[in-house]
Amino acid sequence: MNLQFLVDGLLTGSIVGLGAIGVTLTYSILRFSNFAHGEFLAWGAYAALVAAGVLGWLAGGDVAAIAPFSFGWTLILASVIAMVFTGLLALTLDWLLFRHLRRRANAITAVMASFGAAMALRSLLEFIFTSSPAYFSRKLQIAQKLGLGIRATPDQMVLIAATAVLVTAIHLVVTRTQVGRSMRAVSENPDLARVAGIDVGRIVAITWMIGGGLACFAGIMVGLLVQIRPYMGLDLLLPLFAAAILGGIGSIPGALIGGLIVGLAEALAVQTVGAEWRSAVAFVLLIAMLLVRPSGLMGGKS
Amino acid sequence: MLDLFSSGMAGYLAFFLATALSYAIICLGLNLQWGQTGLFNVGVAGFVAVGAYTSAILTTPPGGAHLGGFGLPIVAGWAGAMLVSAAVTAFVGLVTLRLRADYLAIATFGIAVSIQLVALNAQSITGGPFGIGFIPRLFGGFAENALLFNLANLACVALVVLILYIGLERLVRSPWGRVLRAVREDEEAARALGKSPSRYRLQAFVLGGAIMGLGGAVQAHFIGFIAPENYLPTLTFQVWTMLIIGGSGNNLGAILGGVAIWGLWSLSGSAVTAFFPPEQQARAAARQIAGIGVLLSLALILRPRGLLGERINVSRHTEAASLVSNQTDQRP
Repeated sequence: MNLQFLVDGLLTGSIVGLGAIGVTLTYSILRFSNFAHGEFLAWGAYAALVAAGVLGWLAGGDVAAIAPFSFGWTLILASVIAMVFTGLLALTLDWLLFRHLRRRANAITAVMASFGAAMALRSLLEFIFTSSPAYFSRKLQIAQKLGLGIRATPDQMVLIAATAVLVTAIHLVVTRTQVGRSMRAVSENPDLARVAGIDVGRIVAITWMIGGGLACFAGIMVGLLVQIRPYMGLDLLLPLFAAAILGGIGSIPGALIGGLIVGLAEALAVQTVGAEWRSAVAFVLLIAMLLVRPSGLMGGKS
Repeated sequence: MLDLFSSGMAGYLAFFLATALSYAIICLGLNLQWGQTGLFNVGVAGFVAVGAYTSAILTTPPGGAHLGGFGLPIVAGWAGAMLVSAAVTAFVGLVTLRLRADYLAIATFGIAVSIQLVALNAQSITGGPFGIGFIPRLFGGFAENALLFNLANLACVALVVLILYIGLERLVRSPWGRVLRAVREDEEAARALGKSPSRYRLQAFVLGGAIMGLGGAVQAHFIGFIAPENYLPTLTFQVWTMLIIGGSGNNLGAILGGVAIWGLWSLSGSAVTAFFPPEQQARAAARQIAGIGVLLSLALILRPRGLLGERINVSRHTEAASLVSNQTDQRP
């Protein structure tokens, strides 16, 4: 058996996991499934593309790539800018739309609005950038042998490392800091948290910034490893939800583990069943999980 | 010359109305699920696709590159479409209806993606990306005369909508319909009265799915050709906008929303073809979808009731009902 699927699965898993963290946080703190979350990945990737282009132009043309990688310092700086931008985009969407609907008795209205917002955001991307794919770099990278028949490019390895750093950092913030404690308090009981003196509005804003920022990074990963398309968010939406439910709603490590399971299962399916059925893998996992253990691997209550 | 123009106009109007009313069928199914029972189905396109493909496979003549060649009558195709759509809906419902409402949304989204994938990839069954052609058309004998053909189809689709409307109105006013709304408004109270919420939810969900399947079959036999790209999330989104704008919870609103939004969609579509050069049309169409997305969001914030809000239906045995009827009786 070819073990290469481990690398592909780990990469897809990192992308899905990073996106699923945002989904799981929105679900547990704001109490609705955000169907527009996939669009944050797509908008983040395009934002990084534009920012990198502007930075490159300011630096006066072609910026050399950093030794083994396909990207230069412009993309690293652009990523930070794009992550902040995507967080602000999520905040703006909340301010314009979700804020008015979250307080309604029927929380599902917010889900419906997110569905409409997703449609509008995606079509807007298609309108601005057209549906033809875009790339951060067209340079080809040579994959290096890692043993056991596994190969990986330097880009792939650094992205996996970056994912590990990001997820650890977010996990520490949520478990060890005052902000994290407040987030968990709001997720348990928003009214009680407010009475206890927690600024719920600030926690909501932080949640959107974290979710948007991580989604943006996941989108940039897609852009570096595959390509940037207006529909990339829609294609990833089902894996994101499957990962969040698989890991257990509200759990950040759970979302990452769920993402890795989805990623590895997809990579395995591509090798055994065929690439055209890849998108069905997340659905099969989702249904299986809902049948067996709807609360997820690391979730407490369902 | 003027005659030809006006008959062309009338033909187009009949064609437009028949298409709009076929959307109204799907919208009525969604109204039963969401408007009456509060079930959030994000996979409308998937259930419509199941109906369309089932009916196409059952009724097409032999010789296609897909599964089928049974050559059954169209009515059998419609019945088959409703049955298979109901079965798929029941599967999703059984897995998710006992869980939190969001899970239903996610699972229906997932099944729509998967159904589209099957339509695209299972070439021996669905014809793959090429779709299924030569679907027998209702009144295909009139095809020579476009006006007559469109009018006959319009009459037929309108009849289906009318039958559904009368049937659904009766259901909504029946004790069964009241339980659905009780489940939607206050699950605990419904349970305390001895009604099993999950059973009523499943019944409404499956019946709604069957109606969506019928809508898909009606469309397939009207157009005569189906392909996977007809059943993208855009369709789900259009039907949702129709219901929300028309007035969810109101069957007449569902029909009105279907006609109004399809009218808006067709008008903006012809504006796109008229005012934009061909190479710009894909981008302009994207803006069309974005516009409808904004419209839906605005409606949700500003007028969640839609054009026609839900009417209050109470049992004629209760005091409130007799009070209302007394008042109306006293009117001169």
